[in-house]
Amino acid sequence: MKYMLLICASPDAEPDGGGITIDQWLAEVEGKRLDGSELASRRTATTVRTRGEEVLLTDGPFAETKEHIVGYDVVECADLDEAVLIASRHPVARFGAVEIRPFADL
Amino acid sequence: MAAEPERRTPVGEWNRGPEAAPDAVVAEVFRAERTRIVATLIRVTGDFELAEECVQDAFAQALERWPREGVPHRPGAWLTTAARHRAVDRLRRAAVEAAKLPLTLSDPVEDDGFGDDVLRLIFTCCHPALSLEARVALTLHTVAGLAVGDIARAFMVAESTMAKRLVRARAKIRAARIPYRVPPAHLLPERTGGVLAVLYLLFNQGYSAVERWELCAEAIRLTRTLVALMPDEPEAVGLLALMLLHDSRRAARVSGDDLVPFAEQDRSSWDAARIAEGTALLDRVLRRGQPGPYQVQAAIAACHVAEGGPDWPQIALLYGRLLELVPSPVVALNRAVAVAEADGPEAGLALVEALADRLSDHHLWHATRADLLRRLGRSEAAEAYRAAAAVAPTEAERRLLERRAAG
Repeated sequence: MKYMLLICASPDAEPDGGGITIDQWLAEVEGKRLDGSELASRRTATTVRTRGEEVLLTDGPFAETKEHIVGYDVVECADLDEAVLIASRHPVARFGAVEIRPFADL
Repeated sequence: MAAEPERRTPVGEWNRGPEAAPDAVVAEVFRAERTRIVATLIRVTGDFELAEECVQDAFAQALERWPREGVPHRPGAWLTTAARHRAVDRLRRAAVEAAKLPLTLSDPVEDDGFGDDVLRLIFTCCHPALSLEARVALTLHTVAGLAVGDIARAFMVAESTMAKRLVRARAKIRAARIPYRVPPAHLLPERTGGVLAVLYLLFNQGYSAVERWELCAEAIRLTRTLVALMPDEPEAVGLLALMLLHDSRRAARVSGDDLVPFAEQDRSSWDAARIAEGTALLDRVLRRGQPGPYQVQAAIAACHVAEGGPDWPQIALLYGRLLELVPSPVVALNRAVAVAEADGPEAGLALVEALADRLSDHHLWHATRADLLRRLGRSEAAEAYRAAAAVAPTEAERRLLERRAAG
């Protein structure tokens, strides 16, 4: 079962210094993590909407929210509990949030 | 630590030979065994909807075949097998249609050393990834077998809204792969609070609706199972003691279809064995010195049934403690009742009136206020009883309050 971990944090959030580092986390989830990356700042985002014939481009993220996606990780887990465990160990979970989304069953 | 887990009546005992009407046996097995059979089918198929449909089909089959072929020796086992066969058929057909590899109906759950499918089902329904409301609704529906309409009324939403909520909850269990199991040891403590809350709601559902009292027995059975699983969880023991102490008064609480108020109950019809067991459990768990809300409530229930009548000053004190743990207006209302008993109706009424802002649409607030006004000989009592009857959640409570209003 593949899960997408959307790593979210508010732009001015500071790492809390405690707990494990991202490198330690990556070592922990070795074999479970299929892909993932940090993303450039939301100021680099471009949003596309196609409405009829027209393609509308706007700067910035789709919606204004307090927390923004700063990265993602794709993990392969047995079930949601394992995904929660992995996400709960992610350094950003301590000061931001990690949204877990299972891949849709195709 | 607890006594032997309560055994269900073996289903075979209902089969009293040719004179037992098959329809009645089906109804009886449905009442007592449906949850266990559904739980087993969910474990085997991993699919809530499919499991419920197949169990439904199995009961339909029983209604058709048992009158012709006789009631099987073990009706519950017969139904489980029939439902399983139905599930195999349906999965196989689905597999052929989807041109996938043939599905085999294997056990998708590794053995967690705990054989109770119903307990697995409860932990699954109470998974923290579901909203609390979804957890309670799903447990009431899947574990307690309550109709969607009844749950919708309890939550004060439209039946179609509740039906959609249940569909979404089951879809999330399937799509997000919420595991069907009792959680591993390191997750147990944080998962248990939610399960205890749901079990207590289940018990109360049975306790407040006279015709559904088998839910109390089921809640007690499940809590016993939980205590056996987690003997070091004081609140699980506390909840079991609380349920047993409440349940000891079950027979005395009703006369015909009517509720009998506490003060008028026939003490000799209280279940002494339940009281003894509940009190013993409570004494043992309180000695660990980690009192939580369920233990305090059990202590209050024990004071109610104590020899020589309720110890009201002690009960008032315990409610004060409970209010610190659970600062809710309903707890404050209960404390007011105890204070009225300990220090007189005037003192109680003052506390009740102070809660008007937060509780004036709650029938118990009106009923309590009415009782205290009556005891003070005030004429507003009848009107307060009518206000309580107008918002009472069950028919039996409404009738009791109307009798009071009439004087």
